[in-house]
Amino acid sequence: MAILSKSSKRAVSDPLMSNNPISLQVLGICSALAVTTKLDIALVMTLAVIAVLCVSNTIISLLRNLIPSKVRIIVQLSVIASMVILTDLVLQAYMYDISKQLSVFVSLIITNCIIMGRAEAFAMQNGPWKSFLDGLGNGLGYGMILIAVGFFRELLGSGTIYGFKVIPESMYAAGYENMGLMVLSPGAFIILGLIVWAQRIIGKVEQE
Amino acid sequence: MHSNRYTLIFTTLITMILAFVLSSAYSSLEDITISNIQADIKKNILSSLGFAPSSEAPWTTENVEQIFNESIVSFVIDKSGNVIPGKLPQDIDPKVDTDLYPLYKKIVDGKVDGFAIPISGKGLWGTMYGYFSIEPDGATAKGITFYRHIETPGLGAEVDKPWFQQNFVGKRFIDNQGNLIGIQTVKGKVDESSDEAYHQVDGITGATMTSRGLNQFLLKDLQSYNPYFEQIRKNIRS
Repeated sequence: MAILSKSSKRAVSDPLMSNNPISLQVLGICSALAVTTKLDIALVMTLAVIAVLCVSNTIISLLRNLIPSKVRIIVQLSVIASMVILTDLVLQAYMYDISKQLSVFVSLIITNCIIMGRAEAFAMQNGPWKSFLDGLGNGLGYGMILIAVGFFRELLGSGTIYGFKVIPESMYAAGYENMGLMVLSPGAFIILGLIVWAQRIIGKVEQE
Repeated sequence: MHSNRYTLIFTTLITMILAFVLSSAYSSLEDITISNIQADIKKNILSSLGFAPSSEAPWTTENVEQIFNESIVSFVIDKSGNVIPGKLPQDIDPKVDTDLYPLYKKIVDGKVDGFAIPISGKGLWGTMYGYFSIEPDGATAKGITFYRHIETPGLGAEVDKPWFQQNFVGKRFIDNQGNLIGIQTVKGKVDESSDEAYHQVDGITGATMTSRGLNQFLLKDLQSYNPYFEQIRKNIRS
């Protein structure tokens, strides 16, 4: 017996490639620009978003038949906001150094359209297990792009990967310089644009 | 369609449940968070004064406390630079004692090895908090750290990275006439051949506002402590 049914598998795998929340739905761009200057920050941000997405999707899916439709958005938002604050508290208690580095961006997960979008578009119509998987898939899809962008920005902008120096000193001596543009937000836009381009070619996305 | 009464009861209930979950999470994690913050402040004082954790002895909440108690003397000075006997930094009430300043002295083998003062002021997004430490000569920077700020990660937030903080070590904030001039973060790299290089440090690309704020509040905080350090400089000269 397969662990995941076919439709459950699609809930996880679709957002990774063919329906990626960042590169195809173009959601959550703000944080993709802000927390991708270094790989380690991007990684923790990814974990935080995955945790919030999975939990909020599951809770909203459990409540989906109880939530009065006229106040559904505000109910979704309060569940999401509470989960984000909870994540922030846990980070502050157990990963204090990293939570300091992420500073305001953990609380800004509340405004990440992906989370709101999945709650409204998926968790309100599907069961808790599938909603959990959908949250996981979308979180991973978001994280994949974040890590890819973070990888190139840190490599080109600071000459390091995950904090380790990878560009040898001899290169700098020979006149190589870190690309300052990559540390700034335009660098993220350019990398993100290239990723979207590459993905549309590989995935053969139909032109609208 | 749900009735208004149902909507009202539902929203009240969900708000109460979420508020309960959050407040209980907060109060159960409060102790750990506060001790993290206090240990982090002590870590900052220590590292601004040149202490560093090693792979054999990484910093934990307990041994930071121990190192701090062994080698740091905390005291309080007033605005004319006089030590206030019997008062400790934790006794200062920031609302009442606006002209009292905490000071931390590092003692190695019975001799003063440096001073740390708290610094704080506006960066780009909010107030930045840190420590600035001074060599026993009262004129040279020994180190700088930041423990709380909300600057942009990768840009202004680079102020808490070693490469930036290392810049400050050995820079002088007193000019040849003995006037307080502070330490300036410049745009790009410091021109080492310039006459001004002794009080300048390399800037952070893309963080002009953070650097400008830092220049201003560092000078302002050094001014508050200047009477005390002026006394030290005078004692050394004579």
